[in-house]
Amino acid sequence: MTRHTRPRFRLWALVWLALLVSPLVQAAPLSIAQLMAGLAKSPQGAATFTEKKFISILEQPIESSGELLFIAPARLEKRTLKPKPETMVLDGDTLTLERGRRKHVLQLKDYPEVAGMIESIRATLAGDRKALERVYHLALDGSQERWTLVLTPLDPKVGAVIARIRMEGAKDVVRSVEILQADGDRSLMTIEKQAPPQ
Amino acid sequence: MIHTRRRGLAAIVLWLIFLLACAGIISRTHFTTDLSAFLPRAPTPEQQLLMDQLSDGLASRLILVGIEGADAPTRARLSRQIAQRLRADNTFVSVNNGEPVNTERDRAFLFDNRYLLSPAVTPERFSADGLHAALSDSIDLLASPAGLLVKSLLPRDPTGEMVQLLEQLDSGTQPKLVEGAWASRDGTRALMLMQTRAAGSDTDAQQHAMAAIRQAFEQALDQAPGAPPSAQLVMTGPGVFSVTSRDTIKRQVTRLSIISVALIATLLLLVYRSFSALALGLLPVVSGVLAGIAAVSLGFGAVHGITLGFGTALIGEAVDYSIYLFVQSEQNRADHQNWIKRFWPTIRLGVLTSIAGFASLLLSGFPGLAQLGLYAIAGLIAAATVTRFVLPSLLPVNFRIHDLSGIGLTLSRVVQRAAILRWPAAIVLLAACAIVVNNRASLWDDTIASLSPVSQAEVELDTRLRADMGAPDVRYLVVVSGANQESVLGAAERVSALLQTHVEQGRLAGFESPSRYLPSLATQRARQASLPPRPQLETRLAQAVQGLPVRAQLFPPFLADTAAARSQPLLQASDLQQTSMAMAVDALLIQQRGQWRALLPLTAPEGGNIDADPIRAALSAIPDVLFVDMKAESDRLYSGYLHEAIVLSLGGLVAIVALLLVVFRSPMRVLRIIAPLAAAVITVTAGLSLFGQQMIILHLVGLLLVVAVGSNYALFFDRPDPRTPILPRTLASMLFASLTTVAGFGLLAFSKVALLQALGVTVAPGVILALFYSAIFARQSDAGSIHA
Repeated sequence: MTRHTRPRFRLWALVWLALLVSPLVQAAPLSIAQLMAGLAKSPQGAATFTEKKFISILEQPIESSGELLFIAPARLEKRTLKPKPETMVLDGDTLTLERGRRKHVLQLKDYPEVAGMIESIRATLAGDRKALERVYHLALDGSQERWTLVLTPLDPKVGAVIARIRMEGAKDVVRSVEILQADGDRSLMTIEKQAPPQ
Repeated sequence: MIHTRRRGLAAIVLWLIFLLACAGIISRTHFTTDLSAFLPRAPTPEQQLLMDQLSDGLASRLILVGIEGADAPTRARLSRQIAQRLRADNTFVSVNNGEPVNTERDRAFLFDNRYLLSPAVTPERFSADGLHAALSDSIDLLASPAGLLVKSLLPRDPTGEMVQLLEQLDSGTQPKLVEGAWASRDGTRALMLMQTRAAGSDTDAQQHAMAAIRQAFEQALDQAPGAPPSAQLVMTGPGVFSVTSRDTIKRQVTRLSIISVALIATLLLLVYRSFSALALGLLPVVSGVLAGIAAVSLGFGAVHGITLGFGTALIGEAVDYSIYLFVQSEQNRADHQNWIKRFWPTIRLGVLTSIAGFASLLLSGFPGLAQLGLYAIAGLIAAATVTRFVLPSLLPVNFRIHDLSGIGLTLSRVVQRAAILRWPAAIVLLAACAIVVNNRASLWDDTIASLSPVSQAEVELDTRLRADMGAPDVRYLVVVSGANQESVLGAAERVSALLQTHVEQGRLAGFESPSRYLPSLATQRARQASLPPRPQLETRLAQAVQGLPVRAQLFPPFLADTAAARSQPLLQASDLQQTSMAMAVDALLIQQRGQWRALLPLTAPEGGNIDADPIRAALSAIPDVLFVDMKAESDRLYSGYLHEAIVLSLGGLVAIVALLLVVFRSPMRVLRIIAPLAAAVITVTAGLSLFGQQMIILHLVGLLLVVAVGSNYALFFDRPDPRTPILPRTLASMLFASLTTVAGFGLLAFSKVALLQALGVTVAPGVILALFYSAIFARQSDAGSIHA
């Protein structure tokens, strides 16, 4: 255990140090290009997620959790385990939804709202700035160690559904995705990165 | 002499009347090229269904269109323009290219009628517990990625009936959209799917539909800004196949007739060196062709294109009779009478053996085959009769053809030496027997596809477009019959419930049913009755939301909708109009000959076939239900024909042997006549097998022809007394006769239509072999006695 804690301790120490000397670090703020380049470095990643949806017609938020798998450049799998097993696989332009025995294959283009939402995650994970900027206006804040990326839809059709998407991360890891819908409902997905599969 | 002349005159008059009658019949004859000739005359219920589906079913009305070339935006734009034009055209029931034309209306129809349409609507579902379960499912769905799409529906449809319906209707495989129009998976081709109003068997209407598509495409090209884009249009589908195969057969038959007449005429001209002889020699041929077509027209009501193609080849056989007359007789009128005495009996026997062979085909349940049999019999009788009774009277007094005695003498010498070849020929024959026995399992191709006049390239295009489109491949069908729409829909619902269990067990991927879009009135009423009255539902709903993160106050729209559904008028077929579901009901619910039928196409599980037995067993409990595997059914139909044709051909052979036995009363003599023919048949069969060509029904007809034509040669070579030599003139006539036959049939071997090609590759070598074997194995006349 100690072998594990020690590097982490060192990391936190570094962060603390960084905060102390923040004026120096902030002199070189993180650019979108840098962030994207960092994100683009990892060809694949597996993570677990927990998603909370705050829907106005429901009294309480509904929670779901499962696994995320990303394989660059275009494959994103979201396997929900709770409350109901469900799989969503985005590969290229094809979105496959599996729920129970039902399997739906959709073309992303047919569903611009859904497409906008999913594309934001995939393109961010892939570090694909071009794809992001086709759909969103990008605003980046923070530092390499802790950044916030806010996406605002350019297309009014997407904007009618999604108000904005806010992602937070550290270095080249996305930690959370918050989607605020135009009608005020929102969802918050927190992502815990797993060890990269061998 | 005067007596003969008067008789001759009478024959000519009768002949002319006969020709006029034939021409009259032919002028009113309907020519077909569709599958009708391949369908049985006395079908079983499964076969009847197969026939109806082939001629008239949903699949038969589909035209798949691809737009290739240019770039993706251009292809999509062309697709939209073509669709827009054709949607206004009454020729088409529907034109789909992925544009959301009906989507809004479809959704509205489903949503407004969800409580009548959803199979989930039962009294239990609207109890407090049922509502609780349905609600918590809907809330789970909100958590899923699809949640966004259903969120707005929750207050009106908390039990998720709309989701139920959409899941049921989702066909799963739709082509992808590129620039707003369907495109192939690789994105290089825009795709469209059209359904014609006319049946697939209505070839003229299909041709009209194809022309309309092509015209719309060209207009769309013209509208393009700047230079017209370099896009091409491709089409496929059963209707397209019947149009193109009609064109192909028509073109091929016309071309082959012209070439074969030209070839045979050239050959005869070289031999006769006389135009009048040529013209006279073709008279029996023309008479035979006319008689054949007229007979088939009278017997079957229509003449198939393949029969005409076969007729082309038979020209080469019919011309033989006049060759025998001209070449075998001496160069004067008296000798023509002499010819009649000396040679006519042999030729008559040859004609009779041919008739005996072909008569067996008349018994075939396969109308295509029976047509060939009738054509051959009528044609040969007419040609032979005209040669015997009309032609001698028409010959000018000093009629003469080029002297052929030189060739005849050479042939005589060759034939004298032919016996040298007995051993080599025996070895070849033995090898052929070995090949036939060795390959006996793979001699025949018993899939119905082998009969298709559609070219390989067209089949490949069809497979490609179909795969791109995910177009229905209607292979497995459950068919429910009944006296009226209501009973058929009710039975379809029972079958659906049963099939659903098979879907859940993974034996089926899915199925379609008209009752999905148009439930029986009884079911609709039962669903209405499942909905509790508003006050009751309100109480239950209040109980149901306990423990769920929703408040009952959210659902007044739901209460209003169910209250309306309880008293809404029941759905009729006409309510579906203008929705995509109308097309499905149209195709799956059929009224025909006073009977109603519901079709439930089944989809096989991925990468597998449907195991028919458990489904068939389960369905046997419901009356008037039929499970049909269309492909197996059509292959069974064809292999049935094939076996029947083999049996009939053997029957024909027996008839020929019996005829010869009656005439000659000598088994040895009959054996000598039959042996070379059998040898030729075996050698041809071995040759086909060696070249990897599996035999279809038309090869068999070809073999029968080899026996029929070859019997003439064998009869000429056969002599009761081996000391009588074969006249050189006779040998020359046989050579020319076989050459014309080979010219006629040999041409067919180059046909692109598989059926005609099969005839060609069998008959042309078979006839030559029959002549060779007859010569080689003929009894040798004593040496030196070859003087004519």
